[in-house]
Amino acid sequence: MTIDTMDNDSLKDFILQRVPDAEIVQGTQYLQASVPAEKTRSLLTELKANPQTSFDYLFCQTGVDWPQHMEVVYHLKSTTLNHMVVIKAKINSRENPEIDTVCDLYRTAEFHEREIFDLYGIVFKNHPDLRRLLLTDDWVGYPMRKDYVDPVNMIAY
Amino acid sequence: MEDVITTPLESQEYFINMGPQHPSTHGVLRLVLSLDGEIIRKVEPHIGYIHRSIEKMCEHDSYQQIVHLTDRMDYLSCHINNEAVCLGVEMGLQLEVPERVKVIRTIIGELTRLSSHQLWWGVMGMDLGAITTFLYGFRDREMITDIFEETCGARLTMNYNVPGGLMFDIHPNFQKRTKDFITHFKKKLPEYDDLLSNNVIFRQRTMGIGKLSKADAISFGVTGPSGRASGFSCDVRKHHPYSAYDKVQFKEILRTEGDCFARYQCRIDEMWESVSIIEQLIDNIPEGPFKAPTKAAIKLPKGEFYQKVETARGEFGVYIISEGQKSPYRLKFRSPGFSNLSALNHMAQGCKIADLVAIMSTIDLVIPDIDR
Repeated sequence: MTIDTMDNDSLKDFILQRVPDAEIVQGTQYLQASVPAEKTRSLLTELKANPQTSFDYLFCQTGVDWPQHMEVVYHLKSTTLNHMVVIKAKINSRENPEIDTVCDLYRTAEFHEREIFDLYGIVFKNHPDLRRLLLTDDWVGYPMRKDYVDPVNMIAY
Repeated sequence: MEDVITTPLESQEYFINMGPQHPSTHGVLRLVLSLDGEIIRKVEPHIGYIHRSIEKMCEHDSYQQIVHLTDRMDYLSCHINNEAVCLGVEMGLQLEVPERVKVIRTIIGELTRLSSHQLWWGVMGMDLGAITTFLYGFRDREMITDIFEETCGARLTMNYNVPGGLMFDIHPNFQKRTKDFITHFKKKLPEYDDLLSNNVIFRQRTMGIGKLSKADAISFGVTGPSGRASGFSCDVRKHHPYSAYDKVQFKEILRTEGDCFARYQCRIDEMWESVSIIEQLIDNIPEGPFKAPTKAAIKLPKGEFYQKVETARGEFGVYIISEGQKSPYRLKFRSPGFSNLSALNHMAQGCKIADLVAIMSTIDLVIPDIDR
């Protein structure tokens, strides 16, 4: 039996079965599912392992700083079934943002999570080597946050 | 002589720094090597020496300005990077660009890929001790740079693409000079094989070195020729065609060995495909305007737009989150070099220290692309 590419409706049902409180919207290109941070890892594990979805390729992982919460965005693709989905992990605390790592599922996340930690201050629990990546080790603050003030840059926006 | 040593001498792990200033890192990349004799146990890349926080700058820039920042990242794929932002903005505006623009963008993109691969081929030979290849690579690359200079007015950071089309129309000489170059290069490309591909020393230094399996390539997100050498079908031009790639015939080069030589051979074969794409299009540039009308201040509607393109290094993604303002709320560049570098430790483990140079050359690092 061959497994077909899932359309967005069945993907939506698939995610809602696993995470009933997911907020799902159809974006311009991809289905976007916003899920609580603590449920993200189990959802991604399932999305990768289940032969119906088999999302094996994390092609983009990034952080976003919203006024009320932080977000980690995962762009996933299945290289065998060619469907794509966007999972957004909503982290409610801006003071102590925390989320489970996925770098044992997708090894590309080792670098991407270090970058997000570096620039947004989001702590990835159980990451094997969570250190600053692009900035120096003694850097203070997280530059990509919207409230970051750069003491050196004299151009105020 | 009964006391002959039967157990191997005890070895001790030690560390050396490679870079940040090292000729074969092609920029400021520091690798901390953990070694046992000359066997590599671990490679730890330290990056960010030329991090300029381009993503943060983008949050305050207009979309036209953002285009100019992207060719400061992967400067060898500058046209393709520009194109990615332009396509993303055009997707947000639901703007259909003229056919002429699509064809010119594709030709220019393939010329960029050729010039990038030529430079890579030259420095790859040089990294392994063959200075001649560098001169051969630059001889042919010079012709492409001259074509770009005539049409775009610059030799490295061209800024030729703008949202909606092109900055200006192609130069009257463009088609003739491109055809001259193709005729010249088709004769010269077999020389590349004579000099390096069939060279015994070169083959011994690359075959079976730095292996990466298909599953690992997918997991690490290694794309471009480096990923395809491991059998990971990831050519964005095939999977998500943009510009005029749906109108041309070309093969996606796939190999299964996943070693340094496969990555090398992938790029050489890709050059033949690029030549073929240019040949198919150069006499068929449709007439028409070179730019669709856009407003001076571009505001994207609220929403998210992800545009991916195939640069010379792999899958380059532009992720725009717009809140309906003149600047994006968040803009992420998914650079191919960043993900490709993350697999270096995995590929180099167990290799000799001299093999690391070959591995680094074949994943074709451009440091500004990694640091952004």
